[in-house]
Amino acid sequence: MVVAEIRIELKPGVADPEGKNTKKALELLGFNDIKGVRSIKMFEIEMDADPAVARRECEEMCRKLLANPVIQKFRVDLR
Amino acid sequence: MKDVKVCVLRIEGTNCEDEAAQAFASVGATPEKVHLKQLLGQCPSDLKRDLGSYDILMLPGGFSAGDYVRAGAIFAARMKSGLKKDIVRFVEDGKPVLGVCNGFQILVELGLLPALDGTMSEAPEAALYTNDSGRFECRPTLLRQERKGRGVFTSGIPRGSVVMYPSAHAEGKLMFPRSEEGKMLDRLLENDQVMFRYVDPEGDYAGYPWCPNGSLHNIAGICNPAGNVLGMMPHPERVLKRETHPDWTRAKWKEDGDGLSLFRSAVGSIR
Repeated sequence: MVVAEIRIELKPGVADPEGKNTKKALELLGFNDIKGVRSIKMFEIEMDADPAVARRECEEMCRKLLANPVIQKFRVDLR
Repeated sequence: MKDVKVCVLRIEGTNCEDEAAQAFASVGATPEKVHLKQLLGQCPSDLKRDLGSYDILMLPGGFSAGDYVRAGAIFAARMKSGLKKDIVRFVEDGKPVLGVCNGFQILVELGLLPALDGTMSEAPEAALYTNDSGRFECRPTLLRQERKGRGVFTSGIPRGSVVMYPSAHAEGKLMFPRSEEGKMLDRLLENDQVMFRYVDPEGDYAGYPWCPNGSLHNIAGICNPAGNVLGMMPHPERVLKRETHPDWTRAKWKEDGDGLSLFRSAVGSIR
């Protein structure tokens, strides 16, 4: 069995209102050393497949559902 | 007069199907609330429905599949997996498809909008992403109808007229790939695909709060190049009667709410 970690994040230059708002809230709580906050989404997918196959399928999952290529990029890590 | 059958399509989390059905019923059409599984045949046989037997497809608002992954992404993936051919045929037959709010997000995720090259793109060509404010924005919004040509949705809404449809969304900012933004906007405008843009009470294009989301070019609604697929963030089905306009006691009395003409146009195009 392999576990794939799929990381979905915004492409560089795409505004991240969630990250910005989170930063503001953290600062209100007194955390004053924050330079930036980015929101990133992670999916952990357990698969019964050969690592090479699993990677290919995970990338296909990203293209078909998990990421919108207009604003997001993805990375697949197997462990 | 022809009986106009409307498929108001829903899955779990859709929540504007009643108003959408009522909108079509109030202009004399026959709406039916249909679960996606009924079109996919995953239901008892007497409940099965065929998309091709309807004249109009309506994708109402809501939070389909809990907005998981991205708003509209799961509904779109489920439609694509089992209904792609039927949808493409429906659109290519010139039948009206209307997506409001979550319905617009679904149409974009499906690749039915903006559909710059053909009926349906393989991957999304645009995104409806988190409002600039980072919040759910819910208030009356003013929209100007900007299409030059006549289409199935525009016959009752002359170019330049301003309508009030309320907005209620957290992800309504229309975006294109950053490097191609200008080029794609030019193509949208050349194709006469921009139908609604947010304006202020003077009729000028304005920023927040008149534009609730920071959308490119103040765009609130776009159609496909053929004009029969329309997606928009604001809700015309919430203003069928004058009493649902916030200023109805102050303004000059009219029976109809602003939203009615959109549905009347779509139904009238079938008759």
